[in-house]
Amino acid sequence: MRKSLLLFTLLSGIYTSSLAQADSLMNMLNDNAPKTKEHVSATFKATRIINGSSVENLGHGVLDFRISHRFGQLNQGVENFFGLDNATTRLGLDYGITKWLMIGIGHSTLFKENDGFAKVRLLRQVKDGMPITLSYSGSVSVQTTPAPVLLPGQEWKYSNRLYYAHQLLIARKFSDRISLQLMPAIVHYNLVDSSKFSNNTLAIGVGGRVKVSRRMAITGEYYFRATNADMLYAGVPTYNALSVGLDIETGGHVFQLVFSNSQGMSDRTFIGQTTDSWGKGALHFGFNISRVFTVVKPKEFKDSDDKKW
Amino acid sequence: MKKLLLTVSCLMMATTAMFAQKYMTRTGRISFNATAAKSPEKIEAINNEVANIVDAKTGDIVFQVLIKSFKFERELMQEHFNENYMQSDKFPKSEFKGKIDNLSDVNFTKDGTYNAKVSGKLTIHGVTKDVNVPGTIAVKGNTVAVKAKFSVKLNDYNIDIPAMVADKVGKDATITLEGNLTQK
Repeated sequence: MRKSLLLFTLLSGIYTSSLAQADSLMNMLNDNAPKTKEHVSATFKATRIINGSSVENLGHGVLDFRISHRFGQLNQGVENFFGLDNATTRLGLDYGITKWLMIGIGHSTLFKENDGFAKVRLLRQVKDGMPITLSYSGSVSVQTTPAPVLLPGQEWKYSNRLYYAHQLLIARKFSDRISLQLMPAIVHYNLVDSSKFSNNTLAIGVGGRVKVSRRMAITGEYYFRATNADMLYAGVPTYNALSVGLDIETGGHVFQLVFSNSQGMSDRTFIGQTTDSWGKGALHFGFNISRVFTVVKPKEFKDSDDKKW
Repeated sequence: MKKLLLTVSCLMMATTAMFAQKYMTRTGRISFNATAAKSPEKIEAINNEVANIVDAKTGDIVFQVLIKSFKFERELMQEHFNENYMQSDKFPKSEFKGKIDNLSDVNFTKDGTYNAKVSGKLTIHGVTKDVNVPGTIAVKGNTVAVKAKFSVKLNDYNIDIPAMVADKVGKDATITLEGNLTQK
């Protein structure tokens, strides 16, 4: 009896000590773990929610080639193949200079517009810390359509072609699935239709996404104009831009399928110069495709011979 | 008598704990390669923040890895890895708790490189499996270098590889582990 008791005690002693040891070692790791700030990542899948910028930045040394199409209005009927005959395109190249600063340029066939922007991340959402991510995005665009024929003595200035937009992007990832973003914006139009209208439009945008599966998310974006909402553009009334989309993620791409009443994809066009309305069914179907390339490899991969392109 | 026995066994446990020689690091390196045979791009990542303790007395060995600390060459891949494959918000850590089975073959007091057989429980993506891992332990003064290379089936740990990327991401991942531990 005593022997068996001895054996039992010894064995159980050894056994518990071995399991307890591994656990206590693990606790040792946990207890002394250096406290690191855990940044919240992937608030949105792409650097654009739909038309407007999201708080997502490209990483340092990442180049993003973006192809975006917006077709004509769906209600154009079968003679224009429900808008597919009047497609417009924006080609863009974005680049991440640092992890908090990205720049981009693009060309849109609509209004033959060239645009450029910079996006700076000022605050970053931290788990159990900073509740929001805050970025600033500033863009400038040049409309390069031919100058109108003017009366003799009138002068067409180059500055007439310029537009500026500034936005603050305030976003929070509420859960794995739900992210929301607010975008106070001011757009400056160097040229407006008539002196009745202000050159500045103040707007507030709201956007968000709901993930429906690990690789798909439904997105939405609405820009409400607080001022200048009655502005005419090229003689026709303008509407607030409302867009809904579906983000689909494949290997190295993000596809964004879009329905929007704005055919324009630059900040100044969709915020203040959207001339179609959901009410009339004048929607544009479209998509954004993004393909990223790693130009500057992370330091861990400096020696890797993997082809960049 | 029983009391004596209890006291003795308690003391034994206490002494084991007291004389335990522990080696530790927080900057171990783990990398994995899950590239499919004909993939045009490499599916690999490196993590230089592995926490690891080896107890020379008991042969206990633990590893802990933060999933978000894995660095990929392509940032998008890293995001997909965290969001879609490892769900690292839900399962932030992977860990291993095990034991050196042939502890008597490893002499922590004498410089040299020893083959070690390690068995224990590996937790990845919230799934725990029993694994046997061969490795080496190199003792030099009061530092210990551990190395191991082994392979895991992604399917065993409920990591789904969608058909769309099956030509790039393989069914197995080869894991390479290296750590330079110093005596605590």
